[in-house]
Amino acid sequence: MQLNKIMKTLVIAIPMVTMVACKSGPTEAELEAERNREAQAQQQAAAEAQAAEEARVKVEAAARASRAAEIVEQEKQALINDQTVYFEFDRSSVKAEFYPILDKHAAFLVKNPSQTVVIEGHCDSRGTPEYNIALGERRAQSVETYLRNQGVSSSQISVVSYGEEKPVVSGATEYAFAQNRRGIVRYN
Amino acid sequence: MIDIRKVAQGVVLMCGLFAPLLANAALEIVITEGVDSARPVAIVPFKWKGSGALPGEISDVINADLRRSGKFNPVNTANMPQYPSTDSEVNYSAWASTGADTIVVGSISDTPSGQYEVKFEIIDVLRAQVTNGKSKSLQNGNLVLSEDHIIDSRKAIINAQDFRQHGHRISDVIYEKLTGTRGAFLTRIAYVIVRDSKVYDLPFQLVIADYDGENETRLLSSPEPLMSPSWSPDGESLAYVSFENRRPQIYIQNIYTTKRTKLTDFPGINGSPVFSPDGKQLAMVLSKDGNSEIYTMDIASKQLRRITRNRNIDTEPSWTPDGKSLLFTSERGGKPQIYRVNLETGKIRRQTFEGEMNLGATIAPDGQDMVLVNRTRGKYHIAKQALEGGAIQVLTRTDLDESPSIAPNGSMIIYSTLYNGTQVLSLVSLDGRFKARLPAANGQVKSPSWSPYLF
Repeated sequence: MQLNKIMKTLVIAIPMVTMVACKSGPTEAELEAERNREAQAQQQAAAEAQAAEEARVKVEAAARASRAAEIVEQEKQALINDQTVYFEFDRSSVKAEFYPILDKHAAFLVKNPSQTVVIEGHCDSRGTPEYNIALGERRAQSVETYLRNQGVSSSQISVVSYGEEKPVVSGATEYAFAQNRRGIVRYN
Repeated sequence: MIDIRKVAQGVVLMCGLFAPLLANAALEIVITEGVDSARPVAIVPFKWKGSGALPGEISDVINADLRRSGKFNPVNTANMPQYPSTDSEVNYSAWASTGADTIVVGSISDTPSGQYEVKFEIIDVLRAQVTNGKSKSLQNGNLVLSEDHIIDSRKAIINAQDFRQHGHRISDVIYEKLTGTRGAFLTRIAYVIVRDSKVYDLPFQLVIADYDGENETRLLSSPEPLMSPSWSPDGESLAYVSFENRRPQIYIQNIYTTKRTKLTDFPGINGSPVFSPDGKQLAMVLSKDGNSEIYTMDIASKQLRRITRNRNIDTEPSWTPDGKSLLFTSERGGKPQIYRVNLETGKIRRQTFEGEMNLGATIAPDGQDMVLVNRTRGKYHIAKQALEGGAIQVLTRTDLDESPSIAPNGSMIIYSTLYNGTQVLSLVSLDGRFKARLPAANGQVKSPSWSPYLF
């Protein structure tokens, strides 16, 4: 019964469709316009897909870069927590026990040539302020030389001596003296 | 009556003179050694003949000046037998019995114009005792009263705000009459105060005060170190090193206008600026050529001349009074010692041989002695040695002495030392007999520089 109804409908509908088609078929121009529309839509979809893909790549690259920057920043933070070397009284040579600290800074600076540092030289309060400025510079230069020997570019390093002007521990104890005779690798 | 307007005017004037704010805490002088050997004199309080209160106590200023010079031991006011204001009122034998050989008497009166007339006489009590104050001498064939026991007598009209300065001026007269050497009581010192950087944003201050620590005025405050102030010979400018741009640069600043000029900004050390005696050149230390070397700069043209060429440290240049040589500290012989370079010939001669180290030498105004920092058995003391050689004489017993600077009359050295864990200024006379400390209330005090004669 149901099938019958469908058949009946088809019997009526098919001739009608045929009639309509015969009455006004698409012109060649209309077909061409239709093809163009489709092509355009396809093109647009492709472009959109590409843009989306590019954006995705970009976001991922940025994420990777920021992860890298984060790692650089983390490495830098770790280095900043360990940036001071100490000197013997009246001496300006870097003691061997501080080579590992400076090696870490050197490796980081070689890997990150855009990073620059200022090496500060400091002295204890014994001796005259002017002499200590010269001694502090020699200490800072020893650190600079060590870093350069590890491959750090000289353009990444500058040096400043504060002599005895910026003690980290005040007073005239041996402890204060030892803490104040220092070189600091300071990142810009 | 106190003329409030006069006093107020004085304060404004002074602020105009020293544009920066008056710093609050001043230095105070504590004499630690050497009063016993000093000559007893008496400065009788000047008699006030006007009404109302005086703007200042001149005789207090004179007493303090003479005591601090190390040459005099003024009689305590309470122990004076009488309080005369002129020679005619003086009982000579009463004074002679106090042990004082010289007394100063004077008076102050007000003038119709609101100023003050200050009169004083310096009296040789011992001579007066002999002549009874009535010595006579021949003048144009006549015997006249010569009063040769009166060493000097003067009067001046001063303003209310000038009491302190006039006291210093009278001290200068007394000092010169009694010692033959010009007094240095009208001089100033420049120094650096370092306060706690955890508390203050601008812990470093360049300060100027009268030689006795009064009238302390701030020239500059900075977040970064200030070093090595040094006076121009006309007393109008200071050269100094500032790290305010996170590297050392040499500046020259006029202390009256406070206008300043950046003189150097070379890579590395820019340090130890010292004016030549004619004020036209500045000796300095630069490391732009690789290590610490001595240079001179013509201030007008900024033309540099390199003086030393040595792979070791050369620093702390200091001019000889004739401007023809520099003393400097060098490590060329191993440890730091004092050398002298002739600026014409370039010839260099070692000056010191005693002690582990000798640093920071300056020459006394007479050109005979140099004052320096000597290290012997690890102790840093202020010491003296004749320029032409001889033994080093250690002058101090304080700890970690540095930065000696000599008064323009060559009588006294001001230097920086450690006292109870704090850096303070101290004084020692060139003969080492007089010692005093200038504790400051507001921080570490360092790098003192004594001005030339100013008035």
